[in-house]
Amino acid sequence: MIAHNFEYTVATSLGEAVNLLQKHGGRAKIVAGGHSLIPMMKLRLAAPEFLIDIGRIPELSYVNKENGKIRIGALTTHYVIETSDAVARGCHALADAAGLIGDVQVRNKGTIGGSLSHADPAADYPASILALDATIVALGPKGERQIPASKFFVDMLTTALEPNEIVREIQIPLRSGRTGSAYLKMAQKASGFAICGAAAVVELDGSGRLSNVGIGITGVGNHAFRATDTEKALNGQKPAPDLLKKACESAGKGIIALDDIHASANYRLDLARVFSRRALEAAIERAG
Amino acid sequence: MTQRYVGQALKRKEDPRLVSGTSSYVDDISMPGMLHMAITRSIHAHARIKRIDISKAQRLPGVHAVITGEEVAANCGPVPSAGEIPNMKRPQRYLLAVSKVRFVGEPIAAVVAADKYIARDAADFIEIEYEPLPAVVNPEKAMQPGSPRLYDEFSDNVSYHFGFESGNTEEAFKSANVVVKERFINQRLAPIAMETRGAVATLQMPDNELVIWSSTQIPHLLRTQLALMVRVPENRMRVIAPEVGGGFGSKLNVYAEEGLVAYLAKKTGHPVKWIESRRENIAATIHGRDQIDDVELALKKDGTILGMRVKSIADLGAYFQLLTPIIPTLTGLLAPGAYKVPALKFDQVGVLTNKMATDAYRGAGRPEATYLIERIMDVAAQKLKLDPAELRRRNFPRPNEFPYKTSGGVIYDSADYEKALDRALELADYKGLRLKQAELWKQGKYMGIGLSSYVEICAMGPSTAMPAGGWESGTVRIEPSGKVTVLTGASPHGQGQETSFAQIAADELGITPDDVVVIHGDTARIPYGIGTFGSRATAVGGTAMFLAIQDLKEKMKKIAAHLLETTPDKMEFSPGKLVVKGGSGRSINYTEVVGAAYMARNLPPGVEPGLEATRFFEPSNFTFPFGTHVCVVELDWETGEPKITKYVAVDDCGNVINPLLVEGQVHGGIVQGVAQALHEEVVYDENGQLLTGSLMDYALPRAHDFPEFELDRTVTPSPVNPLGVKGVGEAGTIGSTPAVVNAVVDALAPFGVTHIDMPVRSEKVWKILKGRKAS
Repeated sequence: MIAHNFEYTVATSLGEAVNLLQKHGGRAKIVAGGHSLIPMMKLRLAAPEFLIDIGRIPELSYVNKENGKIRIGALTTHYVIETSDAVARGCHALADAAGLIGDVQVRNKGTIGGSLSHADPAADYPASILALDATIVALGPKGERQIPASKFFVDMLTTALEPNEIVREIQIPLRSGRTGSAYLKMAQKASGFAICGAAAVVELDGSGRLSNVGIGITGVGNHAFRATDTEKALNGQKPAPDLLKKACESAGKGIIALDDIHASANYRLDLARVFSRRALEAAIERAG
Repeated sequence: MTQRYVGQALKRKEDPRLVSGTSSYVDDISMPGMLHMAITRSIHAHARIKRIDISKAQRLPGVHAVITGEEVAANCGPVPSAGEIPNMKRPQRYLLAVSKVRFVGEPIAAVVAADKYIARDAADFIEIEYEPLPAVVNPEKAMQPGSPRLYDEFSDNVSYHFGFESGNTEEAFKSANVVVKERFINQRLAPIAMETRGAVATLQMPDNELVIWSSTQIPHLLRTQLALMVRVPENRMRVIAPEVGGGFGSKLNVYAEEGLVAYLAKKTGHPVKWIESRRENIAATIHGRDQIDDVELALKKDGTILGMRVKSIADLGAYFQLLTPIIPTLTGLLAPGAYKVPALKFDQVGVLTNKMATDAYRGAGRPEATYLIERIMDVAAQKLKLDPAELRRRNFPRPNEFPYKTSGGVIYDSADYEKALDRALELADYKGLRLKQAELWKQGKYMGIGLSSYVEICAMGPSTAMPAGGWESGTVRIEPSGKVTVLTGASPHGQGQETSFAQIAADELGITPDDVVVIHGDTARIPYGIGTFGSRATAVGGTAMFLAIQDLKEKMKKIAAHLLETTPDKMEFSPGKLVVKGGSGRSINYTEVVGAAYMARNLPPGVEPGLEATRFFEPSNFTFPFGTHVCVVELDWETGEPKITKYVAVDDCGNVINPLLVEGQVHGGIVQGVAQALHEEVVYDENGQLLTGSLMDYALPRAHDFPEFELDRTVTPSPVNPLGVKGVGEAGTIGSTPAVVNAVVDALAPFGVTHIDMPVRSEKVWKILKGRKAS
């Protein structure tokens, strides 16, 4: 449980961090809260020669509401997101996810930018990020780039970030009218990560019909994904129990599910159905 | 003597220094020139070692020494193991592997370096060329004739056969109306003490005494064994157990790493420290359980038990640690549980596999027994269509039948099983729960109620039944000021003896617990003792102290009587003084009598000066705590997730010294037992790779998994010791596991389910619910 030797640099700005990344190439890693990278280093599964600490850049920790968006700085901790009124009002599923990560100590140190960049297939945020149609803003040598959530999670522990790009901000579009969102999960008993986590976002029109439904599922596949068939089956429909149940049957359609000592692939796929329905029910209830 | 402190929920004297972080664990020890040890461990479950190249490690700046198996085999004795079963195959193991490795995590080489970082890097630089061999991890496969053999020198992997028959089981099964049978698997667990293992060794000036600090439950036994292992005279060696952050039996052992630290301190002349990482802790600290029990129970149709047969397979792992072959045999002694089982046949094979050794883990052989009897009782109740509480009640020995000799071959000291059962049922509102269960069933909700009426073996134990002495020592010294120093051989690792022993001493001597200091865990300060395990500290160690106090009280009565010109038999202890019986009002202060003992100017004839006594208490029997636990679970009908909604425990541990400590033990015990039922399992794959090598994969219980426990007690004093105590360190772990599984099976019984294997993870229940027939 002792890491290999590494050099450690504190970056004073994100631009400086990007420059350092470019300078060191693949031998460097960014660290913020340290809750994904440091355990891997201690197990000697990761052995970066340079650690660039962006955790002390103060202006990257914020939750702002402006221009119909909630903007969350990359260094915002899970605890801040869990307890933010703006997040609870605008995108409850994200607050739910933050509150279900690890324990209090982890939530006080871990950051949303770090968690998303690490892209653990069983991390909590990705389901909500996908369902909420978030945009990830990354900074690289050529400046800022906006990556839609649907393009961000590429594979296990792999994102659309270029090697010299760093997440700067997460933007979540605010919805108007009757809307609600929720994230629920079954935790793996040892790690607390999701065996299956599902986030749902709904809007209800004047006649009580569902629209713009978003469902994100984590823990089940190689990376988090959207349950697009389920979403399609729900849009324009009134949310009757039978409909929800039937629509959620296809929640994991086409996904090659993870299979390990904690849960079989079939179980994970069934949980995807159950938890998407339960998340939808909770989201609909919150929509009022 | 009136009890002013015994029975009171005094806060622990230990806690201020523990919660403020001011105390010292092994890793807090630092010395000038101290080196750090790191171990290179096997990555294969079974392989020949063809070549070890240590040159790269040796060249790393800061490295002081690199050692391998050949060096320690030539200079140190083997890892010790106790216990003898006729015709047993006892594998021998040196501190580092010699020519072959037999489990993942087996130590192959050790490095000492200037700091722990260099040591770790150097350990990784050691190049080992292996010739991998087929591994065998399943004990039933290991028993097959064609199985890969762990030891070339043994004909097969079966280490021992252990068995006995009491009564006539053949007759019992012939005359039975009903026979039920089931296979129960007690999965392998990792003890996971909060503090991992660790040791520091140094040669101490002026006379080169070898001093070893170790996180151990048995400092004296460790000294004896280490002295043999590293060839240092025992009286030139001192073992200190500083604060020990839990053990659960895993530190009731003598480990290779302790020997390596001692050997390397001797070799290098530097202090050497080793602190186990959590991954090492899961791979190379002993495991518990891992037993397969095929159980048959023969009953009359009214539920009376006629006989039981148990065929047991104990997975011992690759090597023997201190008690490896002994622990599973305890299952046989306790197999009848709290019931009259007139005939019992118990047959066990101990099997060697390519895994870490099993040994004592909280309960140690008794949880396996309790699980098999408490589960088969429910299987029988289901078959007989009897309420499980009623079936238990019909088979309890009555209170007037104690001491009760069982077909397991032990003599239960005292009990009233029905009283504890009744109290638990009342506290749980058992009848109300059954009505609620039926109601919920109609709504399609699955709730189950599980009982466990356990008995267990504590206060270990009579020396004839123990591998290394079952007695305990206690020294009591009343200092000239009247303050009392207690030295106990029952070295604690979190139990709270500093508080409970002080309560006993205070009541006996008419002083306060604050006047008493309890010292433990240092072979240079404490007379030889055995240690804390098997729920023995108070029953055996506390009694030794109690007896020493009685000696001092007799002496003080003699002195007091002499000073008051009366006879010792007329004197009695009262708070702060010794008084003459009979209401004369004549008395003498406690401190005055103590002073007289040390001033020694006016002592009665034949009385020596000073006030110090040492006693060694040899118990005549074990004690047998008991109780009933009631667990209620509700199953998530879609995900299968079991949720404990109610937990009632009524335990009887005899007289209670400190209810706070008892409740703490019961809480922790229940949590660990429930964790076996629902979460924990050490998993190796077919090749012997450890799949649950960190706490990211090995599931420890968390507070939010539990409801508020509802606890109560019955009190049946033990006649085995003068304190009347039975012990409570393991009761919760032993009683709770079957209660939880019984509750899950009870919830699923309408689907025809008679058993579900541990750990009862959600997916197992989900599979049953998926396959259920429409009700």
